[in-house]
Amino acid sequence: MQNFTPLSSLGGGIIIGLAASTLLLFNGKIAGISDIFAGLVYPARTDTGWRVSFILGMLSGGLLLRLWYPRAFDFGGLRSIGALAIAGLLVGFGTRLGNGCTSGHGVCGVSRLSTRSAVATITFIASGAAVVFVVNHMLGGSI
Amino acid sequence: MKRLGISFFAGFVFAIGLGVSGMTRPSKVIGFLDFTGAWDPSLALVMIGAMMIYFAAWRIRLRSSAPILAAAFSIPERKSVSGALVAGAAIFGVGWGLSGFCPGPAITSLASGRLPVLVFTAAMALGVYLHGAIQKLRLTAGRPVSLAGYADS
Repeated sequence: MQNFTPLSSLGGGIIIGLAASTLLLFNGKIAGISDIFAGLVYPARTDTGWRVSFILGMLSGGLLLRLWYPRAFDFGGLRSIGALAIAGLLVGFGTRLGNGCTSGHGVCGVSRLSTRSAVATITFIASGAAVVFVVNHMLGGSI
Repeated sequence: MKRLGISFFAGFVFAIGLGVSGMTRPSKVIGFLDFTGAWDPSLALVMIGAMMIYFAAWRIRLRSSAPILAAAFSIPERKSVSGALVAGAAIFGVGWGLSGFCPGPAITSLASGRLPVLVFTAAMALGVYLHGAIQKLRLTAGRPVSLAGYADS
């Protein structure tokens, strides 16, 4: 557990919770990033404006991190471009088929005690852990 | 206009939270998923922190008739656990474990200007597009649609 960062991770989680709560209590929307992103890929869906606005906010937050907390983008041990391309496809397709990701199902869904979201969250943590086991312990950790 | 401002603000703060928590770094995510290796429980604490706050916000929502700036809450109502839900979550998990990226951190990390993040996010957009295209094909073929329809998230 030498990489464990309990304080910054708990603090960051609280900030994420505040952001998602703001969107819920002011606009009545769920902060599911995969759904918001999908609204940009298929802009014909209703309610595109707030999605664009949310993503622009995320990118601006990213720029602030880059300036003031560049450690956030310390990408040591990044997988190969090929692996990332395949992974991106699976993440895009899977989150649409399963209606959500770590934010929509994980943070927002589990907190409102949704069975669907709890099942989804357990499933993606299990399949993610299975893949990491194969990559790190059977393939030697480099793909 | 106010609602767009709130959306922007929420996205901004969300990104800061991801960065501070360490979740924009794929090595932290993969470290959490590596239960049999050098396990890094940080992601669990991110989840606990976010859920504590959101759980409270949800209690407030249950006592409110409408959000502050909108006419109604738009919350997914579906309850049933479907094959598509489990299959989709499993596929997402494979991509997540392969890369250490999920949608929020990937979009936030575009600001790093690094090519691998751009490749991941472009592929993610393609994956979303393919899902929509397949769904459209199934609709026009007149077969019952089992691919997911509207969002939980």
